[in-house]
Order: sequence, then C-alpha cells, then structure tokens
Amino acid sequence: MATAATQSVFSLLALDSPGWGGVMLWGFAHSLQLAIGGYTLGLIIGIGGACAKLYGGPILRDLMEIYTTLIRAIPELVLMLLLYYAGTDALSQLLAALGYGAVDIDALTAGIFVIGVVQGAYSTEILRGAIKAVPIGQIEAARAFGMSPLQVLRRVTLPAMLPHAIPGLANLWMIATKDTALLAVIGFSELTLVTRQAAGSTKAYMLFFLAAGALYLALTLVSNVVIGLIEKRARRGLTRTA
Amino acid sequence: MSETVTTPPAYVAPAGRSLFEPHRLVLMAIFGVLVFCIIWFMRWDWLPRYSAKLVSGIGESLLMLFATSFVGFLLAVPIGLAQVAGPRLLKWLSVLFCTVIRGTPLLLQLWLLYYGLGSIFAQYPEIRQSFLWPYLRQAWPYGFLALTLSFAAYEGEVMRGAFAGVPRGELEAADSFGMSRFQTFWRIWLPRAIHRALPTLNGDTVLQLKSTPLIATITVVDVYGVISRVRQDTYLTYEPLLLLALIYLCLTGILVYVFRKLENRIPTRGV
Repeated sequence: MATAATQSVFSLLALDSPGWGGVMLWGFAHSLQLAIGGYTLGLIIGIGGACAKLYGGPILRDLMEIYTTLIRAIPELVLMLLLYYAGTDALSQLLAALGYGAVDIDALTAGIFVIGVVQGAYSTEILRGAIKAVPIGQIEAARAFGMSPLQVLRRVTLPAMLPHAIPGLANLWMIATKDTALLAVIGFSELTLVTRQAAGSTKAYMLFFLAAGALYLALTLVSNVVIGLIEKRARRGLTRTA
Repeated sequence: MSETVTTPPAYVAPAGRSLFEPHRLVLMAIFGVLVFCIIWFMRWDWLPRYSAKLVSGIGESLLMLFATSFVGFLLAVPIGLAQVAGPRLLKWLSVLFCTVIRGTPLLLQLWLLYYGLGSIFAQYPEIRQSFLWPYLRQAWPYGFLALTLSFAAYEGEVMRGAFAGVPRGELEAADSFGMSRFQTFWRIWLPRAIHRALPTLNGDTVLQLKSTPLIATITVVDVYGVISRVRQDTYLTYEPLLLLALIYLCLTGILVYVFRKLENRIPTRGV
C-alpha cells in the first residue's frame, strides 16, 4: 500500500505527459538560457561600464555612476518589473517608429535583457575593482609597445585582471542563476513558475518544490566545481595568497 | 614612525570634483526636466487615496527587515560557530544548511514554505485546532521564516569567517587569564568576531531590504504589495512602479547613511 502511494507520488515527476518531469526540465532549460544570456550580456555591459568609469570622460563617468547606484539600490524584483515593461514598450515603439509595425518581443529576449541590465551594474563594479588591481606599469608597457587601446584591453588588461575578478564574477553567476526565479513573478515560465503550476494542479506542493530545489542546488554545485577549475587556471603563475 | 600603522580609508572621493562642475549642472538640469515631466505628464491623482496604505506598507517592510535580520543574526552566530569549532555532526549540518539555502532561490524557498508547509499543516486537525492555527493561516509567518533562514545562512557564512579570523593569540590570552571557555567566547571571541564582521553585516542588511518585496508574492501586504494593489486598481503600469523604486531608493539611502554613521563611530575597517 505504502509503496503504491509513493509510486504514484513519484509518477507525478515522470517525464511523459501525465507526469510533470518533462515540463520541469523544460523550465529548467529556460532558466539556464536566461541565466547564461543575462550573465553574458551583463559581462559585456560590465566591461564597457568598467572602462567607461575608469577611462571615460566626466559625463560618461557620472552617467555610469548613476546607473550602478540606481541598479544596486533598488530591489531586483522592482527593477525587473520596470525594465520588463519599459524595455519591451520602448523597443516596440522604436520598431514601430522605424516602420516595422507592431512587433511582439518574445519573453526570452526581454528576460535576458532585464537580467543583463541588472547584472551589468554589479559586474561593472567588480571589473572596475579588478582592473584597478592590475599594476599600472603593465598597461603602460603595453602602450609603450604601441598597442591600440583595444589591443591593450584584450591582451593585457583583461587577462591580468581575471584572477582578481573571478571570485566576484563567480558570485555574480550564482546570483544570476537565482535571479532567474524572480522572472516567475512577471509570468515568464521558467523553473520556479512551472513548478508552482505543477504543484498547484496536482496539489503535491512539497514534492515539486523540493524537486525544483534539487535542480537549482545541482546547478549551484556543478557551477562551484567548474568555477574552481577556472579559478585554478586563471591563477596559474600567481603566488598563493591564502 | 614605523610603529604607527595607518589604514587607508575604504573609499577616497576623487579629488577636485565638486557637485557644481559645468557638466554636472547640465546633467542636473536634464534630470530636473525629466522629473518635472514625470510629475506633470503622468497620472498621480491616485496618490492621496493610497498614502495611508503606503505608509503602513513601508512600516511592514521595515518591520520585516529588522525582525528577520535580528533573528537571522541570532541564528547565524551558532551556525558560524558550529562550522569553526563545533563537533563534526553539527559542523556538517550547518555546512549543509548554508549550502542548501544559498544554493536555491529565495522565491522558491518562500513558495515551498508557504504552499508546501501550509498545505501540510492544513491536513492535520491537531494543528488546525491548536492555538497556533490563527497565525499559521496567515502569510507573514512563512515570509518571516523564509527571510530569517535566508539571512541566517548568508550571515552564518560571514560569521564563520569572522570567528576563524580572530587572532589565536587573543583567545590564548583570555585562556591564560583563567577565563572559562564560555567566558572566553562571551567576552573575547564573539565581540571580536562581530566587530570584524560588522561592515559585511551592514551591507547584507541592505541586501535583505531588497529581498523583502518577495514576501508580497505570498500575499503579505508590504509596500510592494500596496503598489501591486494600486496597479490592479488603476491599470497604471509605470507610475506606481516608479514611486516604488523611489521609495526603495530612499530606504536604501537612509540605511546606508545610518550604517555609515555607525561604522564611523566604531572603526572596523582593517582590524
């Protein structure tokens, strides 16, 4: 009797249609896409923002300061709602003004945009700190060799700052994976929202939320291992500090 | 000369930059126009009707923030201590707790507690008839629990580092004064660890403020919940959200200011 009950409970997690396992994995894949996309966009914004803060003109610096301060002072949930509506609104109006007519921005792009903009502020600060930790002589030497600013960035600054940036960036990746859950509030069907729907329609709340928790936890643990490997590689040739 | 150790301040404002440089005046003018447009051209007539609710919502948010931070910190001390000096089982348990809480989204934990635990409680008549049931039927105990556990896990990790970072010599000195282990902990180890962790704790309390709006998703009426209500009632998209962003901006600013004042009174950096 007990085994039959447990069997029926776990059959809810089956991959095929009566079970919700497949739907949850699909939601998990969406969460991953969001996290990777948003994190990458955030890194790109962060590199640009860090360079703007360090080397930009006074106006650019002030604007970047406003951007990072605002983003870091307002809760992610509120920002995501604002950016989601404002971003999609602005983009569709822009496209309409350019004569493309009414365009529906798909939720994934909007979600990546939202996470990317939020992450960008944090990675700006992390990368700025890391770039400042690079000995100025190395950058001056690269300039003395006649490298262009972009070459200096690609060949010297970015690789040299990487060991300083990795702990912060790793932390940021963890935040990115968890921030994707906030998009559930907006109605984007990633893992957390899918889980809630599955739980709501089967009434097996504990089972589904615990299963989703296990998926997130697995992602975190795997990320930790990978980050450890990356850090080991980025720190090669450096003296151990700890 | 060699005996004075000067610690550099955490942040040095760039020299020669005043608030009234020409480009800043232009930027301020642009922002002024922007704010004026927002006030003038957007709809704010709903504001007086909801102002009382907004104030009570802000109160609810702040109450949640301080209550969960305080209780969470009380939990974080034993969690941190167990990881540094506890027996193996306790150490293992607290590491597991920190990993699980820090490895899953807060929103998921919140919904797990509210929907999951709530549905389990409702199944048992013993619980439904107990004196706790009027509270367990409401949403805020679950929000409180989730936020507290989350804060405890993050700060437990901070306290672990702080406990481990207290110089051995200070503890040995306490030992040689004949203090018992409990006295050593109470008089030396804990105060020194809190002292070291204070900047991080303050920063994380600000982060905790940014987690509080999540409890509105389980129907706790905090300031975010009030704003959601406004949005449903008035069908406005941007105005309530902009106001909400402004409210949180002010709250964060005030918190950061107060903590900075506190930190200046207790010099902690570089200890």
